[in-house]
Amino acid sequence: MRRTLTLVGLAAVPLAVLGVFFVLPVAGMISEGFYVDGQLDVGAVVEVLTRPRTVRVVWFTVWSALAGTALSLLLGVPAAHLLHRRRFPGRSALRAALLVPFVLPTVVVGVAFRELIGEAGPLGFLGFDGSAAAIVAGLAFFNVAVVIRAVGAAWESLDPRPAEAAAALGAGPAHVFRTVTLPALRPAIVSAASVVFLFCATAFGVVLTLGGLRYSSVETEIYLLTTNLLDLQAAAALSIVQLLAIVALLAITSRLRAVADPTLARTTARPPRIGRGDWPSVAATALVLLLVGLPVTALVVGSLHAGGGWSLDNYRALTTEGSRQALLVPATTALVTSLRTAVDATWMSLTLGVLVAVVVSRRSHSRTERRARGLLDGLFMLPLGVSAVTLGFGFLITLDEPPLDLRDNPLLVPIAQALVALPLVVRTLAPALGGIDDRQRQAAASLGAGPVRTFATVDLPVLWKPLLAAAGFAFAVSLGEFGATSFLAREENPTLPIVIFHLIGHPGAMNYGMALAASVVLAATTAVVMLAVERLRVPSLGAL
Amino acid sequence: MRHFRAATPALLATGALVLTACSTVGGGDGDSGTTKDGEPTRVVLVTHESFVLPEDLQAEFEQQSGYELVVRASGDAGALTNKLVLTKGDPLGDVTFGIDNTFASRALDEGVLAPYDATLPEGAEQYRLPGDDDHALTPVDNASVCVNVDDTWFAAHDQEPPSSLDDLADPAYRDLFVAPGAATSSPGMAFLLATIAEYGDDWPDYWERLMANGAKLTEGWSDAYQVDFTQGGGQGKRPVVLSYDSSPAFTIADDGTSTTSALLDTCFRQVEYAGVLEGAENPDGAEALVDFLLTPEVQAALPESMYVFPVDAGVELPEEWAQFARQPADPLEVDPAEIAANRDDWLREWSDITSR
Repeated sequence: MRRTLTLVGLAAVPLAVLGVFFVLPVAGMISEGFYVDGQLDVGAVVEVLTRPRTVRVVWFTVWSALAGTALSLLLGVPAAHLLHRRRFPGRSALRAALLVPFVLPTVVVGVAFRELIGEAGPLGFLGFDGSAAAIVAGLAFFNVAVVIRAVGAAWESLDPRPAEAAAALGAGPAHVFRTVTLPALRPAIVSAASVVFLFCATAFGVVLTLGGLRYSSVETEIYLLTTNLLDLQAAAALSIVQLLAIVALLAITSRLRAVADPTLARTTARPPRIGRGDWPSVAATALVLLLVGLPVTALVVGSLHAGGGWSLDNYRALTTEGSRQALLVPATTALVTSLRTAVDATWMSLTLGVLVAVVVSRRSHSRTERRARGLLDGLFMLPLGVSAVTLGFGFLITLDEPPLDLRDNPLLVPIAQALVALPLVVRTLAPALGGIDDRQRQAAASLGAGPVRTFATVDLPVLWKPLLAAAGFAFAVSLGEFGATSFLAREENPTLPIVIFHLIGHPGAMNYGMALAASVVLAATTAVVMLAVERLRVPSLGAL
Repeated sequence: MRHFRAATPALLATGALVLTACSTVGGGDGDSGTTKDGEPTRVVLVTHESFVLPEDLQAEFEQQSGYELVVRASGDAGALTNKLVLTKGDPLGDVTFGIDNTFASRALDEGVLAPYDATLPEGAEQYRLPGDDDHALTPVDNASVCVNVDDTWFAAHDQEPPSSLDDLADPAYRDLFVAPGAATSSPGMAFLLATIAEYGDDWPDYWERLMANGAKLTEGWSDAYQVDFTQGGGQGKRPVVLSYDSSPAFTIADDGTSTTSALLDTCFRQVEYAGVLEGAENPDGAEALVDFLLTPEVQAALPESMYVFPVDAGVELPEEWAQFARQPADPLEVDPAEIAANRDDWLREWSDITSR
């Protein structure tokens, strides 16, 4: 009884936060669609779902997200092998660099991609511009890092002995991978795939920029319906489709993710050097580098062009307010704002994430209890799958009265970002906690340690490194977040992605160059943060 | 384990330090916006993210009016309008700037604005919104969306540049035109309206010809102009782009002339309005700000800070603007009420034609 009460108490804070800053606003927006002039009108919403356009949009969203997820896995899993199971110089720098796309604002990536694949670009002959293939490549560009990190972390902590035993018994490398390694990695791969699928299915800028307006996804459609047409019924219908799809996805993945014994077998063996048999992972990593490297190189090259030649003028200009006062604040000030916001978002998502992870990872004593934990786990994934526009408008119409008169609160931006980062944090922490043998805690308790002391001596040492990894993720998500941030009321403190968007949207060669330079600065900042995190977490346990 | 224990206090201390130094918590001034007697001390402006008011002018307003100016900027003109409609009755601030003539009817119909008859500067009367008889919206600036051409490209190719909407569908100009889409971009929507004004009910036919002639559509203005246009930031290949009448002022070559020009027969004029919000806490401050936006100082700063023309005919334009940014004398027009009534249908039909 006391145990249950403790767990409920722990879950209360994150649930309250999720309730106020997610459930309430989203429910508010959806009910705007259902009530027309104060009358409940379900029929109109249902009618929207049967429109041919809606069906087309939903279908495109599903298949493009599936294709994006598949490509991310295809490239990411072998790359994870090379980057986490093999030793070579520059490995940690490479790992940190591959996370950069994750935070780049889509508007800039769109420009960088199109400089490459557009009619005039070096890859223009491929005819990719405005095609569905470009969208899928763009989705993989953003998400392959998630796969590498999540699967790589699990792979790193995998006991190599079963695979070695299989090899000694005569199984070839492919056979070993299929029968020993893959089953052990399945939970991590499924987790990563589900998160990547959600990211792909709610991608916004990529679909519009790279698809040349020929494609609409559920997310872009909600944006158009809400901000342009004010057709709240149709937007509500699509929001419900989004929610149902996430619930279905979570139900499927929670089954696939389940393993008989979650206790992690941890190893700290020094990884071997690259061998001849590693060519598939080397090839995949090279492809990832190409996919990620080319657009980033295009950005860097563009940022170093000013006034018809090579120069650092664009970077120098970042400390000013733009050539024609295009900005209220210099980009350097915006970077400081971004970093401060990211610190807030990080501690918020870590605090909530630890609480949620503790609750969902304790071994359940009954079937109902396990169900409840599963639900809780799924609930905190929802913010990944709901449109930032729905959430943003929802904030405005629901958080407007005391005691929740919060819509002008400057903390709304970090809170929204923390919610977006929370699923990643929980997915990083929960497996580590779940891997602790409960008997250790029981031993600590029987030796007289209280719950807090037990947590500090048993859980925290194991949690330490994954916590840092999660902090890195949360920090990166916050640095690059654009959708919700651009939508929320901000007083004169724009973050760097907002400033970049502003710069690139105005004429003048200088503004264009500055936007590229500011993106490079954002990317470099992220890489440095990631590298620092990388150094701190030596034998990683963190897995999504 | 031992390593962990030794490092813990130091790391916790550093963490705490970082948190207190970097956090935004407590950064707010906790200002409730009123004095002890309930008199408002600030005026809250709700606007779109392109709004820029130079710092010295903001300070001048605060000094003149005695109110602190709080700017809440986010989203584009459409998002702004819809936000105001959804928060009607409990407005997000006192005054708004940035609703344009393509969204103005919706704001008026929904009653989000309170009438305020500001004294307009010379020449501004022509920018009033047709049908706004109560003067709820005050015109502040305008900019026309026009097709732009790269004159140097056409000179190098020994070809006469296009001059009309019809020319864009002429096979002689095949694969040369790029424009942002109407569904995702405000200039894109303005261009659709220009074609509706020009061709009336036959506009879908025109768009079919335009697309068949290799017109390229992008998500937003920056994509079209910076990536695909020959005079943009990148290395584009298309010498005809949809942009603004002021754009030629930003493509000045070393010899002091502009490399591009706007086709003045293809323009749709966008006017941006300011207005007092219905239910404002500080209506006096709101009115003061509307008046302030019409002062010669603010009007003169508009071109450089927001890339738009002032409504005040008396203020002097920056040199490049005066020389190279020509405004259309007789832009194409669509009645705002008609836009409000048909936006949905037009956009759907447009999407069908362009995504085939």
